[in-house]
Amino acid sequence: MTHTIEQTRKRAEADAKTFGYFLVNDAELLQGLMEGLKINEDRYGYPSCPCRLASGEFSFDRDIICPCDYRDPDVAEYGTCYCRLYVNKDIYEGKKELPSVPERRPIAKQARAFQAASTPKPAQKKENEPPAAEEREELVELIPKLWYCKQCGYVVFREDPPYVCPICKAKKEMFTEIKTKVKFFS
Amino acid sequence: MNISKVTGKYNNHKVFLYTLSTCVWCKMTKQYLKDNSVEFEYVDVDLCTEEDKEKIRRTIQDKGGSLSYPTTIVDDKKVITGFRKDLLKEALEL
Ligand code: SF4
Repeated sequence: MTHTIEQTRKRAEADAKTFGYFLVNDAELLQGLMEGLKINEDRYGYPSCPCRLASGEFSFDRDIICPCDYRDPDVAEYGTCYCRLYVNKDIYEGKKELPSVPERRPIAKQARAFQAASTPKPAQKKENEPPAAEEREELVELIPKLWYCKQCGYVVFREDPPYVCPICKAKKEMFTEIKTKVKFFS
Repeated sequence: MNISKVTGKYNNHKVFLYTLSTCVWCKMTKQYLKDNSVEFEYVDVDLCTEEDKEKIRRTIQDKGGSLSYPTTIVDDKKVITGFRKDLLKEALEL
């Protein structure tokens, strides 16, 4: 791969600027985060979050490709993202301490990283048969849907609506699923 | 499963870490334990086979942990999620 740590950092810096964030003001931590991102990009072909286990399957990892889906709500609530790479102004300037950020990614999505490649699809269950204990947490199927932002009209095709509209910054609640009907004529 | 052991003077607790090789907070946790000469074992989950990953997931969740890294398990029961010096200090009586 041709990209370097320096390029990884530049990309993060540019992204921070666009969104009005800062990169964490701790050279060692920043370097460690950049190294992790680069390893993941080399390994998977996309820079998945260095602090989370990726599945290696793009569609399962899409929500944790840096900057992840959880960054904006986490910076809004805690002042920093889960890995503490992106921070707000107060934390950057040292007016506030860098807090721990609880994992916002739903457990079902986290579990998929463990199961993506390993679990053969569970056999079709017979009706009235209780699920076997091993099947308790079976793979949650990934079904992308169409969502649109009621505020600005932005349309996106993915599993869940974004936490924040990338165009007009409206909250998740402003998104509605677009249900389409396809008619077949013979 | 590729479990690594770091020896240390302070070995009256069994300390096991689930880490990611890419995670800077995991590295800091390992370093913190080393600095305090705590003996511990760890496994980098991202470098495990799919089969082992699944075993690890069950182990962590059975102990009531979340699937976040680092996850530190002290004496097979106490689960600490993330690099939490305060909680490590308390659990290991440092
Ligand atoms: S938590 Fe931070 S570093 Fe990790 S993917 Fe999200 S934005 Fe990137």
